Amino acid sequence: MSSQSWTGRARRATLEKFKPEDLLPEEQPAYVASWVYVFGVATIAALVMLIASGLVLTLNGPAWWHTSSVGHYVNSVHLWSVELFFVFMVVHLWGKFWMAAWRGRRLATWITGVVAFMASIMTAFTGYLIQTNFDSQWIASEAKDGFNSMGIGAYFNALNTGQAILLHVSLLPLALGGIVAWHIILVRRKGVVPPIDNDVTIEGSSK
Amino acid sequence: MMKVDPAKKWSGPMRPYDLVKEIVVAIVVIGLLACGLAALFSSPDEKAVTLKSWVTAAPADFAQVATGELAGTTGSAGYGAPYNTAAKGQHFGFIKLQDWAGVRIPINPANSFVVEPLLISNDATAIAAVNTWKAATADQRGKWANAYEGALTKAGDKTTLPDPNNSFGPVPAMIDGLSMMAASGALDGALLTSDSTLPTNFTKPMLFLADSDGYFGALATKQHLGGDQWGVMNETGSWPGQSWLWLFSFWYQIDPFKSSDNADTIIMLIMALLTLALMFLPLLPIIRRIPYKIPVHRLIWRNWYRSPASKQ
Repeated sequence: MSSQSWTGRARRATLEKFKPEDLLPEEQPAYVASWVYVFGVATIAALVMLIASGLVLTLNGPAWWHTSSVGHYVNSVHLWSVELFFVFMVVHLWGKFWMAAWRGRRLATWITGVVAFMASIMTAFTGYLIQTNFDSQWIASEAKDGFNSMGIGAYFNALNTGQAILLHVSLLPLALGGIVAWHIILVRRKGVVPPIDNDVTIEGSSK
Repeated sequence: MMKVDPAKKWSGPMRPYDLVKEIVVAIVVIGLLACGLAALFSSPDEKAVTLKSWVTAAPADFAQVATGELAGTTGSAGYGAPYNTAAKGQHFGFIKLQDWAGVRIPINPANSFVVEPLLISNDATAIAAVNTWKAATADQRGKWANAYEGALTKAGDKTTLPDPNNSFGPVPAMIDGLSMMAASGALDGALLTSDSTLPTNFTKPMLFLADSDGYFGALATKQHLGGDQWGVMNETGSWPGQSWLWLFSFWYQIDPFKSSDNADTIIMLIMALLTLALMFLPLLPIIRRIPYKIPVHRLIWRNWYRSPASKQ
């Protein structure tokens, strides 16, 4: 039965757009063989570590890590995961720039990647705000001036630790997770962009 | 050389690939790396400061700043939106976002940081002084507070001064009372709980603390966190901070930004513009051609370009 129901439309717009072998492939184009490709999956792996260590930190509250050696270690894992996450993400971004990875109607993939980068920066920033130590106090006191100067300081008040905690553990990770998922789905759906010298749409690139 | 349309599904040679294995291996390797780095280098945790630690470590600075709150000369007192109407705030040309947003978190530093906390203290002398303060005209209050602030600044490291000419009015008694309240820890609680009995919002004590260059600002400078020390991307100690904010931090190091009264607005607008440029980079005429002109892609795909399959 051909359905105009919302459910039918949703199915056709999502599930029926994908073949299982595109979502979970067992082979890739022969050109997908470079260390640059490692940094995309490394970013996701670091994100998994961030979420895992972050979830452990949530179990005992934001001040736990100041008084527990285990908590301090988990906080350290969280910190180093975020450092690795950004290193991998930036290398991935640069790699995709030099590959001109937006070719072949992949503009949305590029844009979702940049939005994920920005969402990551905001998520990390709120994480720094909720350290409940001197660093977080100083960052909050400085950052408030930036947000106030843009007229948004009353809505995102860097001095309101409770607001920063909730943003860091709920809204921002959800937004980041959603945009990363969208980004990955676009990569799987569009496939990995072919090499520039093989691109028929680029004049003079094959020499 | 093989030619393909990048918008179409690849129909050339393929190679074996195991997506699930790749992600599992990546999580294990990155997980071990993160755990190893955490074990080796740990993470910084410089203890938070309080109004109590401030008055204990730098009592003269506390007295000067508290008097400045009464005189209306501190950063908070002259801030503008969203706290008060003392200034128009930062702007860029006709763009006055801070002023347009209006007062959304009303705070009168003299009342919020000094007068109201003293009124809930058990210090009869300080409460009597506050009542004298409240009964006076705004002009008289200004004269007292400015005179005492000037005298304290001139005296340097004094926390209280005699008033032989009776020019300070009730201000010395108020500041003495507030200093004692802060030393006991009661002022931290008073500012924190003034709006909620179970608070998570540190706006009032943090604004007061942030008015102190001599203590709070000095601690930050010692930890190389100052705005002109690349502080936006630094961390306490020698740990890496938010290094991804390097470009944001960069603008604060150079003129005309670092000496501008509107630096925050201008830099935030620049970064917003650059973010949009990065987002829509594939549509920017010259920049989107760079990867074709500077062939880093030859390095990235060197194995593929060497293979016979790429030339078919």
